[in-house]
Amino acid sequence: MTKLERRNLFKGLAFLSPWLIGFAVFTLLPIILSFYFSLCDYSLLQTPVYRGAENYRTLATDPVFWQSMRVTAKFALLALPSGMILALILALLLNVKIRGQSIYRTIIFLPSLVPAVALAMIWLWLYNPKLGLINLGLRHLGVSSPPGWLSDPVWSLPALVLMSLWGVGNTVIIYLAGLQDVPADLYEAASLDGAGTLAKIWHVTIPSISPVIFFNLIIAIIGTVQQFTLPFIMTPSGQPARATYFYTMYLYDNAFSYLKMGQGSAMAWIQLLIILALTGIAFWTSKRWVYYQGK
Amino acid sequence: MSMAAGEKISPSEDRTKKAWLAHLSLIIICLLMFVPFLWMVSTSFKTLDKTMEYPPRWWPKPFAWRNYVDVFFSEKVNLLLWTRNTLIIEVLSVSGTVISSAIVAYGFAKIQFKGRGVLFVIMLSTMMIPFPVTMVPLFTIFRWLGDHTGTQWLGTFKPLWVPTWFGQAFSIFLLRQFFMTIPDELSEAARIDGCSEMGIFLRVVLPLAKPALVVVALFAFMGTWNDFLGPLIYLQRPEQFTLALGLQNFQSQQGGTDWNYLMTASVLVILPVLTLFFLAQKTFIEGIATTGIKG
Repeated sequence: MTKLERRNLFKGLAFLSPWLIGFAVFTLLPIILSFYFSLCDYSLLQTPVYRGAENYRTLATDPVFWQSMRVTAKFALLALPSGMILALILALLLNVKIRGQSIYRTIIFLPSLVPAVALAMIWLWLYNPKLGLINLGLRHLGVSSPPGWLSDPVWSLPALVLMSLWGVGNTVIIYLAGLQDVPADLYEAASLDGAGTLAKIWHVTIPSISPVIFFNLIIAIIGTVQQFTLPFIMTPSGQPARATYFYTMYLYDNAFSYLKMGQGSAMAWIQLLIILALTGIAFWTSKRWVYYQGK
Repeated sequence: MSMAAGEKISPSEDRTKKAWLAHLSLIIICLLMFVPFLWMVSTSFKTLDKTMEYPPRWWPKPFAWRNYVDVFFSEKVNLLLWTRNTLIIEVLSVSGTVISSAIVAYGFAKIQFKGRGVLFVIMLSTMMIPFPVTMVPLFTIFRWLGDHTGTQWLGTFKPLWVPTWFGQAFSIFLLRQFFMTIPDELSEAARIDGCSEMGIFLRVVLPLAKPALVVVALFAFMGTWNDFLGPLIYLQRPEQFTLALGLQNFQSQQGGTDWNYLMTASVLVILPVLTLFFLAQKTFIEGIATTGIKG
């Protein structure tokens, strides 16, 4: 290493030092500690006692753990596809050259700005079985006994999915940005071949923006697996019938309500592995359907 | 792409069958998207007994504008205190994020040194690690700090803002991308003039990077404003609650009956975010379009 290289290395690390320290203390150390705690009996008040894979074995036979896993998976299977398809449809509509386009765009984007706690309050009120706007509307339309939404175990999870669609504007914006990069000559070529609007969307638009779809998918996966604030506020403990007891809610309860820090850490590690695996699968399968221009 | 599309749209273009279809579906969707806002604002101006009125009125009678004074001074809803607490954390964490991330981003963008690429990839990958994964060990780390440094950490604002002074991955990434666009000739010239590295950073790069710093500050503000899980874990006494935590606590304590106050408080929580959005619309949209991350 020359003298200049050494000096640059020193200078570079000096500038990076806040992050290097922060990474070590607030990211790397917690991840290592989390793994160690996951192998321990640790109630926060006592020092951790090593127990091997005990926590993981307990979780494997814990019906509540599997319930929280099922709830999260069910939510993901309902919310991810519906949200991504709705967002794509909205983006295509918002990309049509019409007057008032900017007003439409703003209105559709606004709900995604609403902070989670306010969002929870608004929808708790909308879903209120007796006085909420949704059931008032349904009764007005002649539905004599509309669902109890969040107080009905059959409807509470679908209610959360429906609510998540209100905040789809974020994803729409990312799609819209992607749509601007679709080369115009591809559409012209498709027109010459006699393609209609739907054929153009299917054969030109969707393949062209597939990297954006892929990007949205990963963001959505990571977000869904950590779903916490909304179900925690709107359906405490996932009640009734733990129908909305998400994975992160059980993790939180284990660690901070029952003070089973070891069990909570085991859940954290499983969550980390699930996210890595899902993202990995998304990357791996993307080779089949993601089309990058110029490649 | 922008919300306020500057393109001129000719009347003939606006009258095609496709345009009519887009108008029709967008009007219906926008109405659906906007109704929850109207319902919230309408309820926020109602007296408590009028929230239970059937059929409900969209235009409240009497018009209870007093709700907006009451929520600041009532025993149960202590909006004034919660806002103060939130703003203290905002000031400390927004300045922390901007200052530390800018320093680190400069190291990544403008100093050539061995291992920079690897460190950058590590930093990017930390963006994927969700908070629930590290929250249990972070809690024990802050407890340990409280026991060993003589200052209390848990039950104070510190766990919420101190980590922001060690660089935040997403902000570092954004700033680094921006710094890369500033020509190296500028910093080289300053270097030849005998300017120190810190001097180049402060006097050459930072003044040129104001727009990017604003974006980072904006997103950091939104992140803190929306944060619920952090305050939930670290704050213990009601007099320390943030807006998000206080509002949730109020709702769960009283079992969700004072809907007028809850909606008034929700309007007030949303208002600053909407104001920021309309002031910095372009910044928001571009930020989301390039990163997919909201706040």
